[in-house]
Amino acid sequence: MSDSLLKSVFGRLTWESFPFHEPILLTTFIVVSLLGLGIVGAVTKYRLWGYLWGEWFTSVDHKKIGIMYIILGIIMLLRGFSDALMMRAQQAVAFGANEGYLPAHHYDQIFTAHGTIMIFFVAIPLVVGIINFVMPLQIGARDVAFPFLNNLSFWLTAAGAVLVMISLFVGEFARTGWLSYAPLAELAYSPDTGVDYYLWSLQIAGVGTTLSAINMVATIIKMRAPGMTMMKMPVFCWTALCSNVLAIAIFPALTAAFFLLMLDRYVGTNFFTNELGGAPMMYWNMVWIWGHPEVYVLVLPAFGIYSEITATFSGKPLFGYSSMVYATVVITILSYLVWLHHFFTMGAGPTVNSFFGIATMVISIPTGAKIFNWLFTMYKGDIRFELPMWWVVAFMLTFTVGGMTGVLLAIPPADFVFHNSLFLVAHFHNVIIGGVVFALFAGMTYWFPKAFGFKLDEFWGKVAFWGWVIGYWIAWTPIYVVGLMGEPRRVHHFDDTSIQPYFVIAAIGALIILVGILGFVMSIVMGFVKRKQLADTTGDPWNGRTLEWSTSSPPPEYNFAITPVVHDLDAWYDMKARGYERPKEGFRPIHMPRNTGSGVILAGLALALGFGMVWYMWWLAALSFAGLLVVAVGHTFNLKRDYFIPEDEVTRTESERRQLLAAGA
Amino acid sequence: MTEHAIDARGARTTWHLAEEEDHDHGGNGATVLGFWIYLMSDALIFASLFAMFGVVSTSYAGGPVPREIFDLKLVALNTAFLLASSITFGEAMPHMEAGRVGPTRFWLAITGLLGLAFVGVELYEFSHLIAEGAGPQRSAFLSAFFTLVGTHGAHVTVGLIWIAASLIQLGQHGLIQPMKRRLICLSMFWHFLDIIWIGVFTFVYLYGVIR
Repeated sequence: MSDSLLKSVFGRLTWESFPFHEPILLTTFIVVSLLGLGIVGAVTKYRLWGYLWGEWFTSVDHKKIGIMYIILGIIMLLRGFSDALMMRAQQAVAFGANEGYLPAHHYDQIFTAHGTIMIFFVAIPLVVGIINFVMPLQIGARDVAFPFLNNLSFWLTAAGAVLVMISLFVGEFARTGWLSYAPLAELAYSPDTGVDYYLWSLQIAGVGTTLSAINMVATIIKMRAPGMTMMKMPVFCWTALCSNVLAIAIFPALTAAFFLLMLDRYVGTNFFTNELGGAPMMYWNMVWIWGHPEVYVLVLPAFGIYSEITATFSGKPLFGYSSMVYATVVITILSYLVWLHHFFTMGAGPTVNSFFGIATMVISIPTGAKIFNWLFTMYKGDIRFELPMWWVVAFMLTFTVGGMTGVLLAIPPADFVFHNSLFLVAHFHNVIIGGVVFALFAGMTYWFPKAFGFKLDEFWGKVAFWGWVIGYWIAWTPIYVVGLMGEPRRVHHFDDTSIQPYFVIAAIGALIILVGILGFVMSIVMGFVKRKQLADTTGDPWNGRTLEWSTSSPPPEYNFAITPVVHDLDAWYDMKARGYERPKEGFRPIHMPRNTGSGVILAGLALALGFGMVWYMWWLAALSFAGLLVVAVGHTFNLKRDYFIPEDEVTRTESERRQLLAAGA
Repeated sequence: MTEHAIDARGARTTWHLAEEEDHDHGGNGATVLGFWIYLMSDALIFASLFAMFGVVSTSYAGGPVPREIFDLKLVALNTAFLLASSITFGEAMPHMEAGRVGPTRFWLAITGLLGLAFVGVELYEFSHLIAEGAGPQRSAFLSAFFTLVGTHGAHVTVGLIWIAASLIQLGQHGLIQPMKRRLICLSMFWHFLDIIWIGVFTFVYLYGVIR
């Protein structure tokens, strides 16, 4: 074949794009391929494709979609954490004459991929997954407002994750840091596929996240059970509401920034270039208008999780419910007004910097109020130290330290010293691990029996807990110290050998976190092995307070046979206290949305579009774009989107549930 | 949401609704609310593009300035097309409410034609500018101009596809409830694009020419 024909078919994809010459990548590729083949083989052998397609991939059930989000998040956590281990290993050895084992261009890809994956494909899917699963149950709804969109959102997020994973073996990922600042990310300085992979995967996943946020807000506003006024809504739903409102307010800025950078790279415009009037700092502004509130998008639901767990295991209503709600709302608004503190060094001048510095410090007030609310909830409570509660306590201790270093960083003159230092890196790992990650583990442990009908194994859950908590402190305390001494971030090799011990300690800490991660995986595996013993027949294993615990574990497809009426903030606790009895009759056929494959198809086409654009395979991009249009419009021609669960099926399911309850009691 | 008068601590507590309507998973209200929220997020994309334009609106890089390249008469014509299309869409809606399929389709088709004219004129304007050497690569100002105006035009194009699909679906199903709901969303989308255009016309074209 002639060169030009090859080029028009494969774009810039050549044999050299595959990393055969990089032993680390090649080994990873072989291991991942074997694992993938093993899974595909097993699914084929046990004839599970039909089941997976019919019951999961095409499902519009919010519970299943939530679980798929969480599985995606956990898989990507393993990838993102492998990157972390590689960085810690490199920085532990690359001193003086030793250049370490990673070439600089590979190391740069790893730190970029680590940050990108951990935020977009670990934290977001896990948070969205938990909201998806829990929120409709807590408000007494049968589904979300737009069930098909929910499925599509998940698959778009998954398509973004797949595109990032492809970059591991086909071409390379960005070397520009997790926000790919311009002008470094411009074509002139990053001509290869890395930044394009970055932009397309995040753009595709970002559409999914935005749609999901719209869906959740509409659900919370429109589908609460009768009697559940806004101020009787569980705190987790409040935080989910604020988090999703915030997501809707910020993702457009990121989408626009990425869109403009794409135009710079593909069309040759001059938004963020150094030439012809480009304004690179505008890119920084736009990505941080997204970026700072984004951490609150993640941490607000985390606060919600802590609130639910603290109330349940203290056997008391949450202390200061309304102040909790107001604090959440205030944080939501303030988080939108602080983005510039990420680049005080831009030189916007003392007035601007003071405004953003003060606004940043003010956020610590509502956050502090929340900490006190949790403490007062525990005070004189009948505290049961089950595993989720352990995570809450570890969170309060860890997160508070991160909050205080955050206030230090918010002081503009101090920030001029800390900017881009490892101190900053330690700070945001402190708040994200201590705030978000701990909450995710707490939440997964807490709601796992609701989702699967059995609890997680407690011993391995404790291994996970201690691994994460001890590992966190050992890994990040030394980084704080070297950061304070002025060591910059994203460094591939150090000349000053006197600081090597700090990095060795940090590497040991990362290994302890690895024990925590494996412990969590083991707690799922062992929980499954011992599922008979750990089974939850009551639907309410923790003596819970909110409506999700009134359903069976796992809940039926329709969640609630008859929509409950809510009288109190802790609706389920109120029902239990006042002798609620489960209905035995009077069931009606239940109106439910029908499964659809359109979401998977659209996301697959979006993935093909992204891949085609990354490699300049214009025919593939054009075809898949046309396909997207046809399928999207075609989907609107299908009006058969719902069905009824017949009355006798509801009656049968409910009576089985009552028998199970009676046997359990 | 259905509110029910419930005595919070009454002697007989209702735990379930006696008569439950077949609630349509949030119903039409949820769709319209969801679409409003989507429009707000889209408005923020435009806000970002406007901000970008604002920052680089005088970064001509030695290239053409608005006075030299904007043909206000052409833009005025185009603005008239789009504003008129909002009126014709407004004509369609009462017919839709009353369930009259024929007039609804008629006014929708007129709206589509006006939209098509708008996109056509915009494409002509763009090609003319590019031929003159005032393409999006020339300066940051022109990059932002083409992107802001072009993104709006792309939205109008999506609206045209939506109108075409609606015309076919109205023929298939008539004015059933899901179709009414979709037309309400489509009309919000269309009027929203009008509002964005007023911003574009004012801040990009008029303000560009007078300064």
